[in-house]
Amino acid sequence: MLSKKEKELIIEIWEKLTPVAADIGSDALLRMFASYPGTKTYFSHLDISARSRHLLFHGKKIVQAITEGAKDISQLTVTLAPLQTLHAYQLRIDPTNFKLFSHCMLVALACHMGDDFTAVAHAAMDKFLSAFAAVLAEKYR
Amino acid sequence: MVKFTEQERDVVRAVWEKVDVDEIGPEALIRVLITYPWTERYFGKFGDLFSISAVSTNAKLAEHGKVVLRSLGRAVEDMDNIKKTYAELSRLHCEKIHVDPDNFRLLADCITITIACKLKSTFNSNVQATWQKFLTAVVEAMTSQYN
Repeated sequence: MLSKKEKELIIEIWEKLTPVAADIGSDALLRMFASYPGTKTYFSHLDISARSRHLLFHGKKIVQAITEGAKDISQLTVTLAPLQTLHAYQLRIDPTNFKLFSHCMLVALACHMGDDFTAVAHAAMDKFLSAFAAVLAEKYR
Repeated sequence: MVKFTEQERDVVRAVWEKVDVDEIGPEALIRVLITYPWTERYFGKFGDLFSISAVSTNAKLAEHGKVVLRSLGRAVEDMDNIKKTYAELSRLHCEKIHVDPDNFRLLADCITITIACKLKSTFNSNVQATWQKFLTAVVEAMTSQYN
């Protein structure tokens, strides 16, 4: 699991990104749609073109949920309980897609943060996002 | 075999032109070892890789990163024969070095992220998609001789 230092780093990164949450989240989504077109099927009811209102809104929501989860990683199952139910029973998104999204989020962070997205930050974020995705998929079956 | 349009070729070449092999190679490999520490199993002869700082400053690892990325340049040069280009390297990784081919994908992801850190906003969603299509072809080629 994540060390104390890694947890602090994760919180620091997400808190710093709060003002641009919609930009980062929508960029990550747009990257996922471009690289893995199959993921667009879950968003057929929305306008998912670059900078669209839907995309920015949804991107922001995702980043806010991730930021909230980052605040206390040991409590992820509690923090994410409503989202677990939503994804497993209502949205029914194949959990494989969480991995694709995580990768695109890492690339979005790399593009936004540049050299500040160090190998250590990358490793910590990868670990955190996999933990987040695993918790999100817990209720599926 | 994966087909690339002229536009896709241009995108891949444009990304590659901006890549400093001697910088991106070591950095990408360092990221693989730090993010996925179990990959250290393949670098037993490289000496001390027991901490993040040791990984980051290991000269042999940095040198190997350059070799790997230089090899990627061969695929950029001949995008229609990627499978053939890596047939021998694929066999070597399967039969001699016994590398689990899933690691090629991990390395590809780290190369992408390292490049993203350098190119920043120019590495937009469409560029990323095309670049990954190219890297996926390389990963497939590196896996092609496993049996």
